[in-house]
Amino acid sequence: MTSDCRIVGLSDCNRRQFLGLFAGGLLLSVHPTIRQSVDSLPAGRLYQPDWAGRPADPVTAKDNLAVIQAIEKRLRCTCGCGLDIYTCRTTDFSCTYSPALHREVLAKYDAGQTAQQIIDGFVREHGQASLMAPPKRGFNLVGYFLPGTAVLVAAVILTVVLRRWTRAGAPAPVAGTPLGAQGATPAELDRLRRELEGLNT
Amino acid sequence: MTLLGTLALWIAFLLGIWGAIAGFAGGHSGRADLQQSARHAVFAMCAVLLAAVISLEIALFHHDFNVEYVAAYTSRNLPTFYTWSALYAGQKGSLLFWATVLSIFGSLAQWLTAPRHRVYLPYVAAVTCLVATFFVSVTLFAANPFDRLPYTPVDGRGMNPQLQNPGMVFHPPMLYLGYISITIPFAFAMSALLLKKLDADWLVAIRKWTLLSWLFLSIGICLGMWWAYVELGWGGYWAWDPVENASLLPWLTMTAFLHSVMIQEKRGMLKKWNLGLIIGSWLLSIFGTFLTRSGVISSVHSFTQSPVGYFFLAFLAVAAAASFTLYGRRLPLLEAEAKLESMVSREASFLFNNLLFIGIAFSVLWGTLFPILSELVQGTKVTVGPPFFNQVNIPLGLALLALTGIGPLIAWRRASVPNLQRQFAVPAAAGSFTLLILLVAGMRDFYALVAIALGGFVTATVVQEFARGARARHRQYGEAYALALGRLIARNRRRYGGYIVHTGMVILFIAFAGMAFKTETEATLRPGESVSLRSPYGWTYTFTHLGVSQYQALNRLVTAATVEVARNGKKIGLLSTEKRQHVDATGRPTFEPSTAVGIRSDLREDLYTVLAGVVNGTEQAVYRFTINPLVWWVWYGGMIVALGGLIVMWPGGGSPAVKRTQAGYAVRLVETK
Repeated sequence: MTSDCRIVGLSDCNRRQFLGLFAGGLLLSVHPTIRQSVDSLPAGRLYQPDWAGRPADPVTAKDNLAVIQAIEKRLRCTCGCGLDIYTCRTTDFSCTYSPALHREVLAKYDAGQTAQQIIDGFVREHGQASLMAPPKRGFNLVGYFLPGTAVLVAAVILTVVLRRWTRAGAPAPVAGTPLGAQGATPAELDRLRRELEGLNT
Repeated sequence: MTLLGTLALWIAFLLGIWGAIAGFAGGHSGRADLQQSARHAVFAMCAVLLAAVISLEIALFHHDFNVEYVAAYTSRNLPTFYTWSALYAGQKGSLLFWATVLSIFGSLAQWLTAPRHRVYLPYVAAVTCLVATFFVSVTLFAANPFDRLPYTPVDGRGMNPQLQNPGMVFHPPMLYLGYISITIPFAFAMSALLLKKLDADWLVAIRKWTLLSWLFLSIGICLGMWWAYVELGWGGYWAWDPVENASLLPWLTMTAFLHSVMIQEKRGMLKKWNLGLIIGSWLLSIFGTFLTRSGVISSVHSFTQSPVGYFFLAFLAVAAAASFTLYGRRLPLLEAEAKLESMVSREASFLFNNLLFIGIAFSVLWGTLFPILSELVQGTKVTVGPPFFNQVNIPLGLALLALTGIGPLIAWRRASVPNLQRQFAVPAAAGSFTLLILLVAGMRDFYALVAIALGGFVTATVVQEFARGARARHRQYGEAYALALGRLIARNRRRYGGYIVHTGMVILFIAFAGMAFKTETEATLRPGESVSLRSPYGWTYTFTHLGVSQYQALNRLVTAATVEVARNGKKIGLLSTEKRQHVDATGRPTFEPSTAVGIRSDLREDLYTVLAGVVNGTEQAVYRFTINPLVWWVWYGGMIVALGGLIVMWPGGGSPAVKRTQAGYAVRLVETK
């Protein structure tokens, strides 16, 4: 046996070198100032937290309350995205408005306000535009009812016009001789009519 | 390249002006040389605009960041796929793209129009050139993609991460193709009005164009829904965003036209209405562009906003005034050639169907513009969001779905009571049976119940139509049923392709109804922790957080969180959702981190997972879990609609004599003396 040790990755090293390397490795593994590899990070820490965007707040039980979600789905986020507070805060994670508005909703809820009181409070503070749909009063009623009313009125007008057209357009009674008189039996004519109706769809 | 591009734009501008002048003058005077010159101007405009597009693409691929547009929308590490689509990722490029596609469509119209319809072409060339010139002039004077910067950045800003999605490569061009191709039917309509040639001839000339436009719009809208679903991360596919609404408006009016035009072709009725629909559809397509560009109403599409919207508003006003003035002057020539014979007829049902399409279009337009109107009238800004649109449009949509089933069951001209009984028996029973099953199963959501029951009714209508047709062929020609069905569709493409579209629409409505049963929850999980969510089908899904990993990929730094999913305790797979920090070639962050959702999709429901973020730089992750029922059906319903549209517009399909017979010119059972 020679003095050389032959291990994978090291060639022609003697015992002293081997022990030196071993001690160095040991030192590297315990020295706190030496840069660690990604895999040797303390459990649960991310290598680059910045990559994941703004740090998130842990979800609380209140965040998932149906009543809170329902309130937030009726209120608009003021960041200009056009989404409601709930959708914005659970979608646009760069938005700083919707988390603040969410906290405002929670604070009002904790203060014992009802859903309607919370919504009314938002309207007082942020204006009607803070609602996802305008309240059903005043001019807004025109907004809600005009399309449906217009369709209904148009349907009535269309019905009247169609009645007039059908009266004018109905074929005048023609003094004709039924083809049956030229040989077809009523049963045959009836069958022909049924066949034609089938084709005519 | 920018010099060549700008030069090409100037030449296109001059050619467009000349083409418009020559087209109108040639059409008016009948001079063949002017007509020919207008035609050549369209082709030449197309060639130079293509040169401009190629110039911009070369600048994009060569990373010429001295060009402001290239620096604003690309970076050195942007994948090639998206470097190509950067052409229409921004305002300036998309305007150039629009003008170019319009000139291509204009050239195709000049080239492919049948000789018997060539009389319309000089005015078609004039109108096409006029519209294309407008787009070129906006590009030249307000939004030139060839503008240079006073310095050259090391790298570009890159593309908005939300646009770096395959859906965005295809969705905008499809919508543009839909919007732009409406110009050709509009040009033919203007030509028919100017020539006072207002029989059904011009309708034949535009049939394929209207179908093409409708098909592109349908595909574009569906792709947009898909993109919104997989990219935006809010868990839905339609938000009644103003720009979404803008794409729906011309689709609704074009669909109304595709129905009502049949009455004009078969009976010579509704001439005024059909012309109005074509003009209205085109104006709505320009209006949609105005909405997208102007930023007058806030929208998720805000990345395309700029002052050029006001160019569009002015153009819209002038175009509307000119086309409706011409329309008004020709009204006396647009009298119907026949009268309606019965209230209970296919014609009447089509009229009510048109009423609903236009009613829905009006309510969408009304809701979109109501914030502006409210501010004008009461000085108060209001928001008109999904609750408003759902409340107004769902009943109208369901009425339309009912008519989708009723219309095909009613005979042309006049339906008799026995005929109606025979036609309605099976579909009505199917609809009622569906309703009964749903009630027994415990479904109580009113709109969902009505939508699915009507879906059963319409599906039975379609199946009955196919079955009767195939049976008739089987009896008459002795064909096997499968062959008879194939030939039935091949010989009557318009009718049976239309029924396939109806089937696709039924699937879409049922899928929309499924969203009434969406469930969602938020949760903060450490590795190994779980949260459960109950699906509308009664299953319990458990999501177990496995951990968070980070890595670099292409042009982004990724933080990926993975959950293991179990259904009723049985493991069914993994779901990963990501935060992506996009960077340029030098490693600088370019945009705010974006989110990539994790989706597990099957026929019944989608599991939709979003990584909201991590807590204090640890692997403790904040998730939103959503169960969306029947979403898969939206995409396949959309595909079936597109397939039906393709069948309808496929060339051929039987002789005019056969078509006349199918049209329902009933044989009189009396002979006149």
